[in-house]
Amino acid sequence: MNLRTPMRTVWAAFRALLVLTVVTGVVYPLAVTGVAQSAFGHRADGSLVQADGRDVGSSLIGQTWNDANGDPDPRWFQPRPSHSGYDPTATGSSQLGASDPTLLATVEETRAAVAAFNGVPESAVPADAVTGSSSAIDPHVSPAYAEIQVARVAAANGLSPEQVERLVADHTEDRDLGFLGEERVNVLELNLALREVVG
Amino acid sequence: MSTPLADVLQISALVVALVLVHRPLGDYMAAVYSSRKHLRVERLIYRCVGADPDAEMRWPAYLRSVLAFSAVGVLFLYLLLRVQDLLPLSLGFAAIPADQAFNTAVSFVSNTNWQSYSGESAMGHLAQVGGLAVQNFVSAAVGMAVAVALVRGFARFRTGELGNFWTDLVRGTIRILLPIAALAAVVLVALGAIQNFSGGHDVTTVTGATQHITGGPVASQEAIKNLGTNGGGFYNANSAHPFENPDGISNLLEIFLLLVIPFSMPRTFGRMVGSVRQGYAIVAAMGVIWLAGVIAVTLMEHHAPGTASQAAGGGMEGKEQRFGIGGSSLFAVSTTMTSTGSINAFHDSFQGLSGGVLIFGMVLGEIAPGGVGSGLYGMLIMAVITVFIAGLMVGRTPEYLGKKIGTREIKLAACAILVSPALTLIGTALAMGLGDGEESMTNIGPHGFSEVLYAYASAANNNGSAFAGLAANTDFFNTTLGICMLLGRFLPMVFVLVLAGSLAEQRRVPVTAGTLGTHRPLFSGLLVATAVVVAGLTFFPALSLGPLAEGLSS
Repeated sequence: MNLRTPMRTVWAAFRALLVLTVVTGVVYPLAVTGVAQSAFGHRADGSLVQADGRDVGSSLIGQTWNDANGDPDPRWFQPRPSHSGYDPTATGSSQLGASDPTLLATVEETRAAVAAFNGVPESAVPADAVTGSSSAIDPHVSPAYAEIQVARVAAANGLSPEQVERLVADHTEDRDLGFLGEERVNVLELNLALREVVG
Repeated sequence: MSTPLADVLQISALVVALVLVHRPLGDYMAAVYSSRKHLRVERLIYRCVGADPDAEMRWPAYLRSVLAFSAVGVLFLYLLLRVQDLLPLSLGFAAIPADQAFNTAVSFVSNTNWQSYSGESAMGHLAQVGGLAVQNFVSAAVGMAVAVALVRGFARFRTGELGNFWTDLVRGTIRILLPIAALAAVVLVALGAIQNFSGGHDVTTVTGATQHITGGPVASQEAIKNLGTNGGGFYNANSAHPFENPDGISNLLEIFLLLVIPFSMPRTFGRMVGSVRQGYAIVAAMGVIWLAGVIAVTLMEHHAPGTASQAAGGGMEGKEQRFGIGGSSLFAVSTTMTSTGSINAFHDSFQGLSGGVLIFGMVLGEIAPGGVGSGLYGMLIMAVITVFIAGLMVGRTPEYLGKKIGTREIKLAACAILVSPALTLIGTALAMGLGDGEESMTNIGPHGFSEVLYAYASAANNNGSAFAGLAANTDFFNTTLGICMLLGRFLPMVFVLVLAGSLAEQRRVPVTAGTLGTHRPLFSGLLVATAVVVAGLTFFPALSLGPLAEGLSS
């Protein structure tokens, strides 16, 4: 084999990479962006949610609901635990194994804290309330976790439990198409509705 | 609806969708790779490349083109990452350090997409779309090209010609991957995935906190990341990030994208060798292993025997509420068995034995159904081994699809399937022996060992998912895992192409009464048994030290 054949192949490979980069790295993303922006602009930009005429977050990204001291504020529905404090620039999970002693201790501690904060027995606290999500920005909680927060939220806002109960029911989403994923409650949307009621 | 019923419906819906699509897609792919016509845009591309799209290549030329294209790809991506801070759309991120740039470049070119970086805090938009996403397309197209070359080796007689690599590469990209990815990307945006070129912006929440809402061309990357069984997430949380995977529908769509080409390629194979039943025997073996894995992991995650999971009242650590346990388990098995490696829940926090199933799915060699292309050629190599073993049992010269499986063929097949176990076990042993493994573990005990074993299994089999607790961004891991990915991808390709060449040169062996019916369920069963026994015997000791020890002690 003479040396010119391999060099010719490398040269062809280089040109192939360049032209395919133009097709798949420039034309493709720009075309998809064009269609996405014109057809679904709101979603393509991150499903932003407004209150008082300004952006207050994204309905797909969870947030903290803390008071000025950085502690969970009893007036709001609280999200799942997050090691990053719902920072979208540091997504990811604890990475601890299902039998890990550190995780076990964290779970037990969180369970006691959640039960005390909401004034419910520890046995009433569901799994999602004591475990970190995969993204650390999970926007949802289970209906069970929303349920145990109702009495505390109602008391802190001077509302009747029935009023708050109704809000939770209105914001409980079924599985998608009835069978995909889980039932869930979007915390940001629920709290914004709560804010409307409280005024 | 009760959870078990929803889980069953979800899996059934996926299977039905795959069954409906495999036929038109498989036939379409066979037509794409057999067609003599070129699209106008393809002619333009061939002119730019300077290649004659109709020139047939024998295995040395085909292999040379595969390796040259991949080498240029690694170099280009490495340079792009090294200078990203000087380029536009970098979002102010620094250049990627040398060891990590090497690891990442190799990772994306080898269709592994192991990520030792965190997307949202390291990669600018240009590196993502112009570098990483491009390799998502072309590395997948390379895998499909090599698979098609092997299929031609079986389908053709008394010629050494395997087709033209440039034609296969371009057609796979333009006619198969691009249209499906574009369609899927738009659907993902409709469901909530983002698609813009903004650097994101800060919002002030109702409680007065500041949150940075990120921006980026996410959906376009998400679609090809799954369709091409790549797996490199735009964000660190990968498909668990709501901007990548917003709800239960997008979740099922992404799982479908992972599986659709790998499960359709056996139909393509059947078409090209002139008997779709041969393809069905292959896909049956893939499907059985995949389904067994799905059932095992789903049951185990619901049962959740881990002590921390028991205390929590369910295995929700590292899982998203909107997917739940069923949607997370289905994704986890599909991504590890397709060599994709994208994740919608962190595997590190799965139950001990579930982790074992996920590792086993990878060390089978990514054949159930495996990556796009690589799954098919991996399974065909396993079929050659199976035919050989069956031949030994009855004392006949083994043959497959009218080709004699002689000494040369069986040597090549054996070499191809030995590469990834050797890399996995040697890599794990090195990391543990030198102490680098222990230093990087997040977890203690057997689970810590599983993290290291998972990393090398993932790299050597070009999966790319991780027990992400392993702090793998060190010189040692970036380098050794990079080498595993490189050899784990390209050494088997060498053996596969040499084998394809050797098969294509043979004359047809007439079918006799003693020929093993490789289109029958019996053969599918033998194939499953061979795959499981080969991987089981090789990995039993390592699996015992990690996931089995952990699972049985809890």
